[in-house]
Amino acid sequence: MRYLPITDADRQEMLSVIGAASVDDLFVDVPVQARLPGTIVGLPDHASELAVERHMAKLARQNLSAGEAPFFLGAGAYRHHVPASVDHLIQRGEFLTAYTPYQPEIAQGTLQVLFEFQTQVARLLGCDVANASMYDGSTACWEAIGMARRITKRGKALLSSGLHPHYVSVAKTMAKFTGDALVHEAPKLDAATDIDALVASIDKDTSCVVVQYPDILGRIADLTPLANAAHEAGALLVAVVTEPVALGAIAAPGHMGADIVVGEGQSLGVGLQFGGPYLGLFGCKQKYVRQMPGRLCGETVDAAGQRGFVLTLSTREQHIRREKATSNICTNSGLCALAFSIHMTLLGEKGLRELATLNHALAVEAADRLAKVPGVCLLNDAFFNEFTLILSKDARDVVRNLADKGVLGGVSLGRLFPDAADIGNGLVVAVTETVTAEDVETFAKALEEELA
Amino acid sequence: MTMLKEGRPTAPQAVAEEHVAPATATGNRALMLEEPLIFEIGSADTTGVDFAEVPKVKSRLGNLARKEAIGLPGLSEQETVRHYTRLSRQNYAIDLGLFPLGSCTMKHNPRLNEKVARMPGFADLHPLAPQSTVQGALAVIHELAQWLVTLTGMHSVAMSPKAGAHGELCGLLAIRAALEARGDARSVVLVPESAHGTNPATAAFCGYKVEDIPATPDGRVDLEALKSRLGPDVAAVMITNPNTCGLFERDMKTISDAVHAAGAFVYCDGANFNAIVGRVRPGDLGVDAMHINLHKTFSTPHGGGGPGSGPVVLSQALAPFAPLPFVEKQGDRFVLVEEESVEDHHGGSFGRMVAFHGQMGMFTRALAYILSHGADGLRQVSGDAVLNANYILRSLSDVLDAPFGGSGPCMHEALFSDKGLAEGFTTLDIAKGLIDEGFHPMTMYFPLVVHGAMLVEPTETESKAALDQFIMALRSLAERAKAGDEALKGAPYHAPRRRLDETLAARKPVLVWTEPELAEAAE
Repeated sequence: MRYLPITDADRQEMLSVIGAASVDDLFVDVPVQARLPGTIVGLPDHASELAVERHMAKLARQNLSAGEAPFFLGAGAYRHHVPASVDHLIQRGEFLTAYTPYQPEIAQGTLQVLFEFQTQVARLLGCDVANASMYDGSTACWEAIGMARRITKRGKALLSSGLHPHYVSVAKTMAKFTGDALVHEAPKLDAATDIDALVASIDKDTSCVVVQYPDILGRIADLTPLANAAHEAGALLVAVVTEPVALGAIAAPGHMGADIVVGEGQSLGVGLQFGGPYLGLFGCKQKYVRQMPGRLCGETVDAAGQRGFVLTLSTREQHIRREKATSNICTNSGLCALAFSIHMTLLGEKGLRELATLNHALAVEAADRLAKVPGVCLLNDAFFNEFTLILSKDARDVVRNLADKGVLGGVSLGRLFPDAADIGNGLVVAVTETVTAEDVETFAKALEEELA
Repeated sequence: MTMLKEGRPTAPQAVAEEHVAPATATGNRALMLEEPLIFEIGSADTTGVDFAEVPKVKSRLGNLARKEAIGLPGLSEQETVRHYTRLSRQNYAIDLGLFPLGSCTMKHNPRLNEKVARMPGFADLHPLAPQSTVQGALAVIHELAQWLVTLTGMHSVAMSPKAGAHGELCGLLAIRAALEARGDARSVVLVPESAHGTNPATAAFCGYKVEDIPATPDGRVDLEALKSRLGPDVAAVMITNPNTCGLFERDMKTISDAVHAAGAFVYCDGANFNAIVGRVRPGDLGVDAMHINLHKTFSTPHGGGGPGSGPVVLSQALAPFAPLPFVEKQGDRFVLVEEESVEDHHGGSFGRMVAFHGQMGMFTRALAYILSHGADGLRQVSGDAVLNANYILRSLSDVLDAPFGGSGPCMHEALFSDKGLAEGFTTLDIAKGLIDEGFHPMTMYFPLVVHGAMLVEPTETESKAALDQFIMALRSLAERAKAGDEALKGAPYHAPRRRLDETLAARKPVLVWTEPELAEAAE
């Protein structure tokens, strides 16, 4: 077996040092009834690299990848071009095959990257500080709800109807066990967001208001009135950003008064990957840093006085605090944070601004073209690179039929909100720099045929 | 003009002792290059990415345009490549040498798995793409699930948890849902003293009161103490097997039977599954739920701290409560069951844990790893992992105290204590000494039940030659620490940094970079 270097001769020599007759004898503590006498029946034996590659390639070919078709899906996962150097650099073994930087003297590479990542994320989100990443946007979102509970000592969270429904589901799952009360309903097909309704719902029991920006229908609105209303009532504003590229064009939630800003960082560097691994972003105001979940990297000096970096404030964490920890999180999403950070460094302020401007312009053009298709109506007044179309028939069927024609034409609201029949004609369409004018034309024509 | 005939010196010349390592003007040391922060070398006008021309359109950003500078420096492509390449060289990694971090299973990461995960048919798929277009991806999830279920002898598996601790959460939520479904509210979870910190943290997060179970002097769960604590208020027992002392819990089946008789469930922390994969099925030991760290046993890369992946295998009793979404085979098609309004046999699901379906990028790697090894290779994995650990245990037990060395073979990790080191010398000194010797230190000060614990997990992918070199290095350090060699207290001397001040970092946290002039103004 090509990955296992111990030879039979080694084995005999080592067993004699140990004083055992065979490898099986080393399992003497396992009760005899639980020991399998040989290889597990019904499973194949080892295979060559070529054979495994063939098998996996065959399965890969059974999928229609985004790059092979006109592609317009978003709703929490966005396809952006990732520069070749990003993937090259994250495959350096010193990054790829390192562990959590528990021994900082020989992990300065990872630690400096995390310090740079935290700074980039904090600035992008408009926060004072950010952590070294979470599993994904949805888990970062419920960690934020838990953090708001700890800070305010209140247990009712108001979730905007524009929050990604899967994020809502994750929060609901957790709330069943933590006892938080969550207030939420499905969105309406309305050009305006639900900010006014949220403002009216805040009361003295509210721990936080959770609002997505841009929201699940692609709508954007100033969060300042919501932040003010929350703060007046002693509650926090949690903002959720599922498309961080947007913050190269539109105001940062932290600058509009959000206390905690979480997000999905997959857009930069990570890729679609059928949903994971992704990258949870988590930023907040400085005053709440000790209530923050997850790993944090901080600056310090070494015994010789040189600047260096370490994991810090670990007294919040499970390996020190055990049952009193702020979160049970251990592993984060280190390599995805690295990919995000490299992509962001390549872009810089200039590149991110250009990327965001290009996304918005292409989305505006596509929205106008698609709105000309008979039976299609554009919902949004304001949007970044994603908008909602209202079709003349159920969008779920339309999406399936378009797929049969080789067009990946957005995400239907029926799939996202299976219980909300009144919005079933909604179709969420994302347009990034990877979409060409031909793609838009193909999509528009296919949609026209489908709605005829 | 005359040609110079002297040539260049071709043999090194002797220099005085004080000149052996003079400081350099740059702070660099040949191949070891100091690297500033991107904020110190980049600029807002530099970029390493070019874009197509932007079409002229009227903005529809609704007066929300971000006007002020964001503060993100850019680098050109070459500067970027150099920045991260230089930083990478300040990291230790499996690719550089033995990484015996106990309980973390730092085994070789085969590169075939990286290649497979990057096939566009997997990497460039949207999680919400129509199911007819992702049949191959669903097939991967299903095939891996079949392997995990068969290898563990369990009923089914929840694939979506994102890491080990997230898997623990999944298991406990399933247990809580199962108890609630039978109208049996219970409030306590029992956790052995030697458990990973994530176990009590997870149980507390799920709303349970956590109580410790003591260990016996031979490093195992105290069966009698456990049995006497069981009662109608106990929801579950969380046990790590093999445990964090590197020992197999001999009484596991008896424990499970007692827990079940008391109406509770057995959660097994599967962090150490590598020791028994292909030889022992947790299902045969009465386990109800166990997470499998794909980044440990099945070799998906640790990536400097994630991403991990923690599928949870479940017993028949817990299977109905598994989280959404999951993959089902219906005839010759694969279906992703993702809706919460499912009313048929999935009505008991405790809900969704993540936005999408889990760590697909880890599933492809883990499946490639498993197919490469096959049933015979996986059996050899656990055999060699245990062999290597015992070889280290027996090769060093004359110089290091092995608290449980007398109770028979260890499993895949060898545990030593700091007993016998000279006054004032600690496990930390030995760990930092190992850095100078070119190794990553072992896990230190864990498990908490052993004083100055050193937990060494070599894994099966290390050759005997690599183990012998490690043993030689650790022997030398143990001897130095016993002899009171003061120089050891300053180690490491040859790493990119000397020992770092963690107290300072925590007292005055600096978590983001601030421009020096702003930092000064804020003082």
